[in-house]
Amino acid sequence: MPPDSGLALTPTAAPRGASRPTDLLARGEPFLWGLGGALGFGVMMIAGFLLLVLWNGIATFYPRPIHVVTLVNGDVLAGEPTRTESFRPPAAEVAALPPSTQVTVATKLGFADRTLYRTGNFDLYGDDFRWVTDYAIARITTPPDLYLFERLEWGPFIGRIKSVDLAGATFDAGGIPLERLAVAHDEARRRWRQIREIEHDEIGRVNQQIESERLALRKMELGAGAHTPEYTDAAGRTEARVAAMTREYEGLAARAAALKAENARYTIALADIKGREKLLPLAEIMRFYPANDLSIFGKLGVYVSRWGEFLTAEPREANTEGGVFPAIFGTFAMTLLMVIAVAPFGVITALYLREYATQGRLVSVVRISVNNLAGVPSIVYGVFGLGFFAYIVGGTIDEVFFPERLPNPTFGTGGLLWSALTLALLTVPVVIVATEEALAAVPRSVREGSLACGASKWQTIRRIVLPRAMPGIMTGLILAMARGAGEVAPLMLVGVVKLAPELPIDGIFPYIHFERSFMHLGFHIYDVGFQSRNSEAGKPMVFVTTLLLIALVALMNATAIMVRNRLKQKFSGSQF
Amino acid sequence: MVSVARIQPDEGETHYHVRAGTEGAIIDAENFNLFYGRKQALFDITLSVPRGLVCALIGPSGCGKSTFLRCLNRMNDLIDNVTINGTMRIEGRDLYDPGIDVIALRKRMGMVFQKPNPFPMSIFENVVYPLRIDGVRDRNLLEETCERALRGAALWDEAKDRLKESALSLSGGQQQRLCIARAIAADPEVLLMDEPCSALDPIATSKIEELIDELKGRYTIIIVTHNMQQAARVSDNTAFMYLGRLIEFGETEIMFTAPKVTKTLDYVTGRFG
Repeated sequence: MPPDSGLALTPTAAPRGASRPTDLLARGEPFLWGLGGALGFGVMMIAGFLLLVLWNGIATFYPRPIHVVTLVNGDVLAGEPTRTESFRPPAAEVAALPPSTQVTVATKLGFADRTLYRTGNFDLYGDDFRWVTDYAIARITTPPDLYLFERLEWGPFIGRIKSVDLAGATFDAGGIPLERLAVAHDEARRRWRQIREIEHDEIGRVNQQIESERLALRKMELGAGAHTPEYTDAAGRTEARVAAMTREYEGLAARAAALKAENARYTIALADIKGREKLLPLAEIMRFYPANDLSIFGKLGVYVSRWGEFLTAEPREANTEGGVFPAIFGTFAMTLLMVIAVAPFGVITALYLREYATQGRLVSVVRISVNNLAGVPSIVYGVFGLGFFAYIVGGTIDEVFFPERLPNPTFGTGGLLWSALTLALLTVPVVIVATEEALAAVPRSVREGSLACGASKWQTIRRIVLPRAMPGIMTGLILAMARGAGEVAPLMLVGVVKLAPELPIDGIFPYIHFERSFMHLGFHIYDVGFQSRNSEAGKPMVFVTTLLLIALVALMNATAIMVRNRLKQKFSGSQF
Repeated sequence: MVSVARIQPDEGETHYHVRAGTEGAIIDAENFNLFYGRKQALFDITLSVPRGLVCALIGPSGCGKSTFLRCLNRMNDLIDNVTINGTMRIEGRDLYDPGIDVIALRKRMGMVFQKPNPFPMSIFENVVYPLRIDGVRDRNLLEETCERALRGAALWDEAKDRLKESALSLSGGQQQRLCIARAIAADPEVLLMDEPCSALDPIATSKIEELIDELKGRYTIIIVTHNMQQAARVSDNTAFMYLGRLIEFGETEIMFTAPKVTKTLDYVTGRFG
């Protein structure tokens, strides 16, 4: 009641309604705050998580300056500052400090700052990282002639170029022709890639052929027996073919050796900050750059090139360096295969449950069981997948179709197909529930309309109900995909491995190798972050890989959502 | 309700003005009963619907009009726990004979529902749906049928330029005429209309009524309606139902001016219902 109301001013008539203000609880405002607060908290957590991953993931590949740190005790080190933190130095260490430093530490309540430097040169010193306490630093400089070399082995090298040998033409520290060096480096890298192609693809193909010849012969032995004339005949022919292939192999090996010899003529001699030297073939350097003498474009160039390597190359150095292409490919292929497996299975089950089965106690039990399946820990599915798919189904397939390869399993061990099927099993409840709901949401009037036209039940389902329920079914598939793409635990049992540079799809017949084990981004995160020799070196990769996994899942979901929305548009006309 | 006191003692008996013989009748119900579980919904309905005319079913809500209508193309089969007894014949053939092909039966009976229920596809596909499910692929035949059905449903002029558009883009009245076009596309003998105008505005309603007038003769139309004026305007015969029983059946003119049963009079004059 407003205060200027005449009614309220007359003392005799008490203002109606003003005597008892509405209870706060009854108005529900505290609940509203609670609900809004919960939402806000949730949004903040998600945003914070995404920002953390995004920031760490995006910043990882940006080249940092190299600091040369001279310590109070005369020691010197060079490295990229990685992060800074506050810590409480041990009392004995503080006591040994000069009095003025002791006072500084005391004013900070016994805390001091320290910085983690990535010093590289693992082969020389046995560590990649070093903590340096602030009070131990005498001087920091950033000399422009310091380079960071990313090597194929031993991680980065931080130091100066001492001399270069480009096929006999040697240059010393003073007069290194940087452009010529860059060209020679590019050529050496190209030769290196050729060598790899020969060794990996072509020699791999020849080996595969020799192996399949051997297996064909073994199959014959198993079928016809080892002492029949056919076998002897086949053995002779196989031997001839294998000999031809061996000659091909030798030719390839010779080509590779020639390229290697050429590469050996280009070397670079490096010296670290303390003057210890290291001679490297130019081909074993991924890239190098003068960290303190780089323009913004130079830095962006390094950044983009690192991302390019990350997305397209294979991992190196126990997965802590190089790229994750096999993992991206594996994740994508496995998820796609899973969706292909789960979609028909889930939709058909839901169709029967909702449209055909008599709704009784049995159907209720089935439905509850399906819902409960969604709550089974995923590792249990992994165990089931390994036991049932790999050992029983795969083992039988091996015995029937690939007896010549035994005792080496073909399908009788973890692989792409079994992983996809295990995850399909894991996600099928989601699809069933979503599909059932979508089917139930198709209005009765439309079904009756179709039936009244003389359509059979199946025609009604196929032509009217399913198209109409498709957006809902797609939603279920999207949820299943999101869950499946992020699942790691069961995969560890049924086919994901630490390193599998052989992609499950390649140019060798039958092109799609369902039985191959594969790499997965989720497992890659676990492996790099917690299973590698140097967790500090792996940390940035954890964030980048996480970012990539999130991006991949988001991308796949966005595609599916786009498809769904296009479907939805068909039905979103006037709802009258 | 004042009229309760005046209910006739022989409520179970139906009063017929003209007892249409089985010859000339396309649909013929005899002592037809229907139960939803244990609850009886239709009591001893005996009714002959003459061929080629419009027959209106009127009565208050829950009196069994729609149930009766849905018995004619066996849409009640979709509901669990429905049992029937008595006979229901179309052209002398028992509808509930176990040997009858329900799908073929439904093709002889077009049905239009209370709310327009176009399928989520193009206008063209909606109209030719009955042919599509028969597996007709002949483009010419489909287009011919589409035009004939849309002309028959007085929608051709409005829809001919947008046959490829979604049927859901039509207005409510147009959607209902589309449903009528769909119902007559397969050239049925009987057209069942279950309150076809109850969700439409007056202009759309009058268009549908005109359409019913035009369709009369070619099809036997059975229309359920709550709107007494509509029944009076469009139908030749009217059946008044109450609480699952057929109270009175006769020519519409007589039914609305001089019904024989007080209950009918009370209902048509708006004293209850």
